Amino acid sequence: MEIGLNHYLVLSTILFAIGLVGVMRRKNLLLLFFATEILLNAVNIAFAAISHYYGDLTGQMFAFFVIAIAASEVAVGLGLLIVWYKRHSSIDLDALTTMKG
Amino acid sequence: MEKYLYIALFAPLVSSLFSALFTATPKKLFTGIIASVLIFTSFVASTILLLHILKGGEPIHVTLMTWMATGDLYIPFGFVVDQISVTMMMVVTLVSTIVHIYSIGYMDHDKGFNRFFAWLSAFVFSMMILVMSDNYAGLFIGWEGVGLCSWGLIGFWYHKEIATWASNEAFIMNRIADLGMLIGIFLVYWNTGTLQYDEAFALMPSLDSATLTWIGIFLFIGAMGKSAQFPLHTWLADAMEGPTPVSALIHAATMVTAGVYLVVRSNELYSLIPNVGLFIASLGAFVALFAASMALVNRDMKRIIAYSTLSQLGYMFAAAGLGAYWVALFHLMAHAFFKALLFLGAGNVMHAMHDELDPFKMGGLKKVMKWTWIMMTIASLALAGIFPFAGFFSKDTILEAAFAEHHFVIYGVLLFTAGLTAFYSFRLVALIFHGEERYKIFGIHPHEAYRFMLIAMSPLLILAMIAGVFQEPFFAMVEEILSAHEYHIHSHTTLWIMLVGTQLFVALAILYAYKKYATWSSVPDGTSPIENSFFYKLLFNQYYIPYFYETYIVKPYREASELFWTKVDLKIVDATVDGIAGIVYGTGEKTRQMQSGNLSTMLKWMVAGLVGLLFLAVAFGLAARYSDEIIVFLSALGV
Amino acid sequence: MFEAIAFYLFAFLTIVMFFITVTTSQALYALSALAAGMIFISAFFFILGADFLGAVQIIVYTGAVMALYAFGMMFFDSTREVKEKQGNKYIIVGLSTLAAILVVVIFSAPMVSDKIVALYPAIDGVGNTQEVGLVLFTKYLVPFEVAAIMLLVAMVAGIVLAGKKMDLSITLMSDSEIEEQKNKKVLS
Repeated sequence: MEIGLNHYLVLSTILFAIGLVGVMRRKNLLLLFFATEILLNAVNIAFAAISHYYGDLTGQMFAFFVIAIAASEVAVGLGLLIVWYKRHSSIDLDALTTMKG
Repeated sequence: MEKYLYIALFAPLVSSLFSALFTATPKKLFTGIIASVLIFTSFVASTILLLHILKGGEPIHVTLMTWMATGDLYIPFGFVVDQISVTMMMVVTLVSTIVHIYSIGYMDHDKGFNRFFAWLSAFVFSMMILVMSDNYAGLFIGWEGVGLCSWGLIGFWYHKEIATWASNEAFIMNRIADLGMLIGIFLVYWNTGTLQYDEAFALMPSLDSATLTWIGIFLFIGAMGKSAQFPLHTWLADAMEGPTPVSALIHAATMVTAGVYLVVRSNELYSLIPNVGLFIASLGAFVALFAASMALVNRDMKRIIAYSTLSQLGYMFAAAGLGAYWVALFHLMAHAFFKALLFLGAGNVMHAMHDELDPFKMGGLKKVMKWTWIMMTIASLALAGIFPFAGFFSKDTILEAAFAEHHFVIYGVLLFTAGLTAFYSFRLVALIFHGEERYKIFGIHPHEAYRFMLIAMSPLLILAMIAGVFQEPFFAMVEEILSAHEYHIHSHTTLWIMLVGTQLFVALAILYAYKKYATWSSVPDGTSPIENSFFYKLLFNQYYIPYFYETYIVKPYREASELFWTKVDLKIVDATVDGIAGIVYGTGEKTRQMQSGNLSTMLKWMVAGLVGLLFLAVAFGLAARYSDEIIVFLSALGV
Repeated sequence: MFEAIAFYLFAFLTIVMFFITVTTSQALYALSALAAGMIFISAFFFILGADFLGAVQIIVYTGAVMALYAFGMMFFDSTREVKEKQGNKYIIVGLSTLAAILVVVIFSAPMVSDKIVALYPAIDGVGNTQEVGLVLFTKYLVPFEVAAIMLLVAMVAGIVLAGKKMDLSITLMSDSEIEEQKNKKVLS
């Protein structure tokens, strides 16, 4: 029972789909951030797996940069979230409709 | 020599553009003068070209530039000055010079003075292109150009509804005919692969006669429209709503003869299809009689002259149809001189009578308008074909040609028409210039036209008198190109009987007209028995043809148009367009709700978009993977 | 055999953890499940031989990011149950499933397996961390530095956004102004 690339890719896809569900379902901004983390991690698995099965380090490099970007995203995102919370005392998405067209 | 060709061609364009600069400003005398000088320049250049051709010089053939060159189609802006076109150029530039100078006086008090000269010069330019072009495409440009200028000049007084109506009628009638002409041109190109006259004519003898017949018929339909032949003749009489100099230049001397020019230019084609030629000749003879009969009773001075023009165009077509192209061209030239003179004289009378057109309300004008009287009398004598004036030479030659070709019916019709021509011409002269001064009832004080207008007309007067002497040199000039031959009646006795008989017949008609109308004393009011007779009414109403057109063509067409407008256009075409707009608008209205500003909704849409893109990726991937099979499948479906 | 068991085990665990993350109504559960999921993902990295990446995953995600989220949660007082109005669940699940199926279809296409040539092949006889270091500091040096600057900028941005009175600069103020500010603070 050999584990091949496709196994990892399918796993990555399933995790990504779960992340999508979270992105669409979550109304709390903090929990929405969790969902985006899931998306990023799902992609990281695919990168690492492809890197492994093709003997190419580029995939790992990409996963590495993705992690770096995720970290900075969290920092900035949480900062913004705090500012928003200070103003409106709520991080509910349905209250966040200033972009209404 | 090319230099003179370009001067002759482009001087009218410069004149038109120059005058057009001032169309929005009040009357400026210098526009008229400069326009006249430029047209005169064109005339001088044409004269030099004529002398060159007369001296036996080679025809001048230049190519200004390439107009269209795609694939096998090659149409240059090429111009040719040969014996035919130089004749037309002389006629056009001479008459238009005179008309330009005359118009300075005639349009003296008109607000559109500058605009008038812009249009008139533009017309001359278009006409020059028409006659000088060396291919059918160029001819067609000029053909449409003169049509456009004619439209602008008939409707020159656009504030008069009848004038705009007449101009539109002329334009639309010409469009109908131009369709025929276009088909003819397409057929020429289709079958010969070229539109150049010389190349096309060189290839034509090898085509089968059915094709040639169709080409001949369609080209002649174009000629019928421009030359107002039956059944497209009604516009010419209505076109008299335009200013009189326009009638003289466009609707007597030049534009309406473009049809004749076309037939003469295509003589090599028509020589190959004598049946079509015979049809043209028969139609010409019919129109000659038909138009002359309408002129007998009409009570509008300009319309009478217009019908006479129509009748003379019939003569020209009769000659051209019988293969006597040089006679047709010669009659065209002579007719241009005396008919322009007649119209300009009529213009003088109109001016004097404050735009009154009914000759029954005039009378006795010879006392105050001596020169106009002389000119119109001589022009009418020339028109009637009295020796030794111009008409005698040209018209009698047509009669001789018909006789020599043994078409006795045509000969008879034309001879009878000659009598009618003489009668109505002198009916007009007698009513205007002789008899009691009926205008006094209407409180009009007529006066002679400006002296310079009369002087401007004098070249036409001289030419109307002596144009006959040009017959021999003209014949010598065009002999080669038109494969002309003189018409000899075999026995001298017959010839003399014909000549003298015709002259006597015409003279009798003139005397009868004088006797009947020179002493006319009252203005008819529609009560006399002759005015109620069947023939009078038939002729007076132009055989009810305009009525027929109005009832059976215009009205049904309008009804059909309204039907299509309300049913097809509004319900189908407009509804489709509105529907598309409605779909777009509705989509926008619905999708606007997507922009709720709610991040969660937007994220959902984002994911939906992602799915859509993935779907496309899969679809294209599959299509690329199975492209061969898809092609096989589609070709099996016949795509 | 061991690899397969490990893969399926961790796959199951990861999926369950992430599923809890997106479905639970308790923010604290979500946070814990996410942290656990992150650690399980690092297991995949170890299985795949990407030791360095696994270590980074644990340190950055489970260490730094989760700590940040935990602080954030305390700040927002999200420990209580999160009430969320839900729209149509079928749309959410349907779209996600569709996306997953399409991605799988794309992955299953043969183009993935044939045409990829290794750009930076793994070097034999060298540990993964050493390999990563070699590539990272040669080929990816510029992106690495840019990422470092980006992290710095993110840190500054986070502090500026979250901090108070960040529009005042004490270094540019005179002593009297600083005193004034202090007094204000006391008064308020």
